[in-house]
Amino acid sequence: MSERAELLRMSGVCKSYGVGTPVAAEVLHSVDLAIGQGEFVALIGPSGSGKSTLLNIIGLLEPMSSGEYLLQGRSVASLSDTELTRCRSDTLGFVFQFHHLLPAFSALENVLMPAMIRTGRFSDADRQHGLSLLDRVGLKAAADKKPGELSGGMQQRVAIARALVRSSPLVLADEPTGNLDTHSADEVFALMRQFNRDEGTTFLIVTHDPRLAQRCDRIVELVDGRVRPTDVHDMAASKA
Amino acid sequence: MGFALTIAIRFLREGRFQSLLIIVGVAAGVAVVTYISALVEGLQGNTIRRTLGTQAHIVVKPFEEKSLPSLVARPGELVARDIQPRAQRPRSIDNWRSLATEIAATPGIVAVTPIAAGAGLAIRGEASRSVAMIGIELDSYDRIVALREKIIEGVARVAPGEAMIGQQLAEDLGVSIGERIVLRTGGEAADTFKVSAIFDLGNRDLNRRNVYITLKSAQSLFNIPGGVTNIYATVTELFSADHTAALLKQRTGADIESWMESNAQLLAALDAQTISTRLIRGFTTLVVMLGIASVLVVSVVQKRKEIGILRAMGATRAQMTRVFLMQGGIVGLVGSVLGAVLAKLLLWAFSMFVLGSDGKPLFMTELPLDLAVTVTLVATMCGVLAAAAPARSAAKLDPAQAIRL
Repeated sequence: MSERAELLRMSGVCKSYGVGTPVAAEVLHSVDLAIGQGEFVALIGPSGSGKSTLLNIIGLLEPMSSGEYLLQGRSVASLSDTELTRCRSDTLGFVFQFHHLLPAFSALENVLMPAMIRTGRFSDADRQHGLSLLDRVGLKAAADKKPGELSGGMQQRVAIARALVRSSPLVLADEPTGNLDTHSADEVFALMRQFNRDEGTTFLIVTHDPRLAQRCDRIVELVDGRVRPTDVHDMAASKA
Repeated sequence: MGFALTIAIRFLREGRFQSLLIIVGVAAGVAVVTYISALVEGLQGNTIRRTLGTQAHIVVKPFEEKSLPSLVARPGELVARDIQPRAQRPRSIDNWRSLATEIAATPGIVAVTPIAAGAGLAIRGEASRSVAMIGIELDSYDRIVALREKIIEGVARVAPGEAMIGQQLAEDLGVSIGERIVLRTGGEAADTFKVSAIFDLGNRDLNRRNVYITLKSAQSLFNIPGGVTNIYATVTELFSADHTAALLKQRTGADIESWMESNAQLLAALDAQTISTRLIRGFTTLVVMLGIASVLVVSVVQKRKEIGILRAMGATRAQMTRVFLMQGGIVGLVGSVLGAVLAKLLLWAFSMFVLGSDGKPLFMTELPLDLAVTVTLVATMCGVLAAAAPARSAAKLDPAQAIRL
């Protein structure tokens, strides 16, 4: 890990909800986390441990309450909503648990959506790029199909292609295989692994599945809103 | 803009039934507004046309003869006096030729004609009727009151010794073309005229009263050689007649009146109609806008997840705002184009099935192009405006929360 350039670093990140109300709750307590470029990291932990919240904060979808978060060396705490959105668009790809494709658009258009948001159109060059990505996830033939016509595993593969269309350095996946059968889950996982290897894309994968977590480079375990330090070192050591 | 437009169209197409309903709603509203506007515009235009069909826009009158007291009370004195208003006899306008030339040269004036008119009797045998004898120069008069096209019998012509009379007068006196009548003024001056034409001014009273003769015959009958009693003028801008009249009055000092003063009551009625139309338009617009807004509010709730996804993938708040504003605009545009077509059909049906007693359409009702374009533009803008609140709530949506649902 030491030889890798650092992609993100969090120190002392806290997140509380409902501050100032009787139901105030601190979900994350002083999280420290660093991820290097090209890493393939699993984020595990029991339900309610704050995994999704942490992923949202890393994904710039939610602000943190306190602490410091550097993404590609840039502190995000002071960025405006528009700057955060631009940063998200340039740096991050998302794969959600429920695949979250836009039902009104074809598989190819879904893949191209992050690019279209920036350019305002589906250009021919983008289409070619999108098709080659769909080809790589084995869905070139389904390019014109609407998400409703695809199986769960296929939809998740489209989502992966979409997360990679703008060559984002970091892809955040929230239970990407949570709704899939074992075979599809393995396929989806293998695809992410393949892109990690071929493109050097960094993946941070939230998962419940210990089987998949074991196959990552590193496991970060979140318990009660804190990163369990031993696990990080253990996994890193065992991988090395 | 490409992003917002693409997403807006897909969102609308996705919510097919919902989009269809609101577009039909907008179309219905726009059709009502357009139809009523065109109908009232047509009705008012028709009313004004009928009213002004036999009237000049601007009339110059001779000054009334006034009685002036011969005895003036000095301070400290009382005078007992009885001033009777003078009987008005046909009088000529002073310097009418130069006045007419000046009026004709005024911007906004289309046509000018001199008139020598007065009251008298039309007599044939035992029958006599009280009439208005109007001495005209047919060519210039025709440009102000289109007399030639109102002739129903005979030849439109006023030669010396000839008269054109109305349909009702011809019936009352029992005369037909080529027969003779006697015209006599109050002052016992009388002459015999041959009926050259019978006209229908579209108004029984006028058909009974108006008798057209040459300017010269009228001048000699009324004993105003070379004089005229009125100057008629027409303006290009109907509703600026009062300004033009005031301007001329100020410049020439003559007694000048516009049709707007002599038809003040009619104008007041038309104004009341215009205000009612505006109210209907305003409320319909409001209802349509509320409809668009409520559909989009629902759409924002339905599309929470999609909005969240788009935001996560890099769409800014401003882009999401535009997506919903664009939806409002598209609904307004498509709805209003449909509405304009619907209004056109309604107007066509009106002119086909609502007929006057003569079997002809009551009046011409067309859909003016500028009205259609204005309505479409306003409706599109109202659509965008109605989408403002939903668009704001879409932009404010927290992407993390939206995705979790």
